[in-house]
Amino acid sequence: MAYASALHCRECGKEYPIAPIHVCEWCFGPLEITYDYDAISRAISREKIKDGPLTMWRYADLLPVDGDNAVDIGTGMTPLLKADNLGRELGIDELWIKNDAVNPSYSFKDRVVSVAVTKALEFGFDTLACASTGNLAGAVAAHGAKANMRTLVFIPRDLEVGKVIGAAIYGPTVVAVDGNYDDVNRLCSELADAHEGWAFVNINMRPYYSEGSKTLGYEVVEQLGWKAPDHAVVPIASGSLFTKIWKGMNEFASLGLIDDVRTKMHGAQADGCSPVARAFSEEQLHVRPVVPDTIAKSLAIGNPADAYYALKIAQEAEGSTIGSTPDPEIIDGIKLLAQSEGIFTETAGGVVIANLKKLAEAGRFQKGESVVAFITGNGLKTIEAVEQEANPINITATVSSFEELVDLKPQVGTKATSS
Amino acid sequence: MAIRRVRLTFEGDLITDPVIYQLGKDFDIITNIRRAEVHADVGWVILELDGAEAEIDMALAWASGKGVRVDPITGNVIEG
Repeated sequence: MAYASALHCRECGKEYPIAPIHVCEWCFGPLEITYDYDAISRAISREKIKDGPLTMWRYADLLPVDGDNAVDIGTGMTPLLKADNLGRELGIDELWIKNDAVNPSYSFKDRVVSVAVTKALEFGFDTLACASTGNLAGAVAAHGAKANMRTLVFIPRDLEVGKVIGAAIYGPTVVAVDGNYDDVNRLCSELADAHEGWAFVNINMRPYYSEGSKTLGYEVVEQLGWKAPDHAVVPIASGSLFTKIWKGMNEFASLGLIDDVRTKMHGAQADGCSPVARAFSEEQLHVRPVVPDTIAKSLAIGNPADAYYALKIAQEAEGSTIGSTPDPEIIDGIKLLAQSEGIFTETAGGVVIANLKKLAEAGRFQKGESVVAFITGNGLKTIEAVEQEANPINITATVSSFEELVDLKPQVGTKATSS
Repeated sequence: MAIRRVRLTFEGDLITDPVIYQLGKDFDIITNIRRAEVHADVGWVILELDGAEAEIDMALAWASGKGVRVDPITGNVIEG
């Protein structure tokens, strides 16, 4: 059963009944779920979670939907891998990679969309929609197919063909919009207002949608043996993922499932779109919007909706940071993770690894502290960023050609470093 | 007639310009501030605009032309 009892405004606190709405009519602040935590604490236990499905829906008691009717395509319970090679390379004693690139549509967006689509069906919607340049489009299209919903995916006209296919294969209506990023953004906001019969996953379904990200926090805690990590390195786009991982871990603590959360949260952005990192360095709680210019397109949100809340967490959780790195280091990060741990991530993961390296070099991680780096998308989604790696040694079909041209000296350690 | 909700962000000298006054004076729209925060070098206002669709479009185009950033109140709805 669902323990969500209401919605409330994150700014003024005004309460609303559970409905497909996302802003407060009074102050236009964002709405958040109100849970009946007393009832949840009576219902939930480590044992109940362990006996649940091997997907994110094992945490259904903490999601704002009825888990019995979940639209579940097998999302979640992704591997938490001890990254000894990368840890050795970076001088980190206990490094873990949360590999969320192995979700059904190859990104963490399956988590948020799974919740949004389940809730959309509860509300009686028959149409699902989103605006995306990549991961979200694939996740919405996949879940729309599973839920037998009419699905609309809006994309910018110049989106790479690989990303279009990643959504189109599931059979949605794909609408390519002429215009720049801001034009597409404005159109989709207006369409969401005009079509109240659509479940626009990150607009009118946003309070429910964003809660799906909490499951990443729950899983890491459970996989670490019911304890929160000492450090979490998380990519920041809108800032929602960062805040929800924190919220998830703290919910576990307040429900008595784990001890206190003392995690230092480290947000990771690309230099070419770093409004949150800049605000953090200036000790501000509000960002100056930017026009993104980075290869990390899945993080390219110039005016992030949840920046304020991410900044509050980073300022309040002592020892936390939000930083950024340039594009060449992002590519190095992708290569470093691939060549040390065998995990091919997209550019957002490169941002995480590049920032992880910077933090390690700055001495942020102490011996014996656990560090979790969140990898949220698969590298095959952004192969254009690393296409320069496709340079095989060309030989003729003779042994002599092979022996002449291929150097078989042993490969020692990892090969990708910028220094 | 239409109602549009927007977030305007001002930087630099725009902070001291009476942009919202001019929106209501030079265009046939009603402006209604719901939330705002202004600092020395940056500020934002969440605003409801009431008027004819075309008039709202013209007013926001004028504001953008002055250098004010205009976003939907939901912020960026396109995600990666």
